[in-house]
Amino acid sequence: MKITKMAIGSVAALVGMTGLSFADPDEDSLTINGDISIVTETAAPAHAENLSTIYSGWRFRSDETQAFQMDDFDNPGMIGVENATVDWETVDGSAGKSCSSCHGTPEDMAGLRAEYPKWNEEKSQVTTLEMEVNNCRENRMGAEKWKYTGGKMTDMIALISSVSRGMPVNVAIDGPAKETWEQGKQLYYTRFGQLELSCANCHEDSYGMMIRADHLSQGQINGFPTYRLKNTKLNSVHARFKGCVRDTRAETFKPGSPEFVALQLYVASRGNGLSVEGPSVRN
Amino acid sequence: MASGVKPRVKVPKKASVGETITIKTLISHKMESGQRKDDDGNIIPRSIINRFTADFNGQNVVDVTLEPAISTNPYFQFEAVVPESGEFKFTWYDDDGSVYDTSKKITVG
Amino acid sequence: MELTRRKLLAIGSSTFALASLSSLPAFASLTDDAIATLTGGADLGEGAITLTAPEIAENGNTVPIEFDAPGAAEVTLFADGNPVPSVATFKFGPLSGSRSASTRIRLAGTQNVVAIAKMEDGSFQMAKANVKVTIGGCGG
Repeated sequence: MKITKMAIGSVAALVGMTGLSFADPDEDSLTINGDISIVTETAAPAHAENLSTIYSGWRFRSDETQAFQMDDFDNPGMIGVENATVDWETVDGSAGKSCSSCHGTPEDMAGLRAEYPKWNEEKSQVTTLEMEVNNCRENRMGAEKWKYTGGKMTDMIALISSVSRGMPVNVAIDGPAKETWEQGKQLYYTRFGQLELSCANCHEDSYGMMIRADHLSQGQINGFPTYRLKNTKLNSVHARFKGCVRDTRAETFKPGSPEFVALQLYVASRGNGLSVEGPSVRN
Repeated sequence: MASGVKPRVKVPKKASVGETITIKTLISHKMESGQRKDDDGNIIPRSIINRFTADFNGQNVVDVTLEPAISTNPYFQFEAVVPESGEFKFTWYDDDGSVYDTSKKITVG
Repeated sequence: MELTRRKLLAIGSSTFALASLSSLPAFASLTDDAIATLTGGADLGEGAITLTAPEIAENGNTVPIEFDAPGAAEVTLFADGNPVPSVATFKFGPLSGSRSASTRIRLAGTQNVVAIAKMEDGSFQMAKANVKVTIGGCGG
């Protein structure tokens, strides 16, 4: 019996030790191309009342995964950015226009990614960059809409994001956006699926802990679109949300649905103050 | 020809005579391993980049044989010596017979 | 040769015996066989190659690997737990600046990455690195 007790004791000690060593994000700091300083840790905004400090998901990754994002050539997500640079200049649709016809260079989009999702006065709703891209394509270019989480769309969002890298995420949660934000907050804390898990159960209550062999992050979305080593492509915010909800064994909302737009606004707001990183690299 | 295949290389624009420089290359390619199955359980046939070469002014720097264990979007980093000004030529060979290449000039002096 | 029932049985059982013997070290032997083919059974020295691989890979689909093998004419990488162990062979030309390279590879699970260098003097060197490949938390 004594031996058994000792064994249990040492297992507990071991669990305790691993718990400790994995309890926090690491101490590394991120500079991209030796040039763009990225804020990966800062004080949580007041409206994220259950967090004191917010961390980019980059801080929860291994050194090897982190290194992928430190140089644009090493970041395979930049392939998507390059593809979108071609699409930016490509005339499409009945109006004979390309993105550049109205918007100039991709660099002229600097700052946008930091503020979206954002209230659109004309549409009387909160819109995402994806919705704005399709709005342009349909109504200004006379072109076909892109699939919300499709390759072309996600590449374009990566391009628009890439020119805002280093800028602090700063989505507005007051004024006309408040109602959508409240809806998103409610979704964040709602348990879904057979596993009865809310976003908060993993990403607020348990970040820093291990979920099987994976280091749980705060689920910040400042790094999206994200090139994942797992599926070797750029992943959009809503595709990731869908994956998370599905993993709770729930029927998921659709990418582009009002629910996911609201959730995106709320989750983005929890990262207000972190730098835009997309396209980031994660496991 | 596989779709969306695009080579990228990173070579310094200038170097001094006999300097050792670092080169990075990446080609966007699925690298279908031949080990995966589709939804109906049929093996998806192998389709990879099977060879990559880097040459400078006609002389070889490195010649790589790739197997399906090389990840999607094959990436290589290696070093070269540049004895004089000239041009690097990078070539990728696809299982389907396609050959992709790109060149980069470098000024040495 | 006339095939009698007795001969057939004999062939069958010896094949079976062979199969069961060789199935024991199946995983290691695929790589060992490939290395033996490469080296012609020559002795493998150690210490001349530095092989850098993550101790733990967050995803087996994209694992960064780096080697430095001064004096090598060519370097072959193997992954001894993959269904096909060969990964890549680097042949260095007259304008190579070092006998080193980095790439990204697929590992089907926790296993050894093995680098075999054929040195300029015709001898062979080996380096090994164990990489633990983790199972992700969420399929997402």
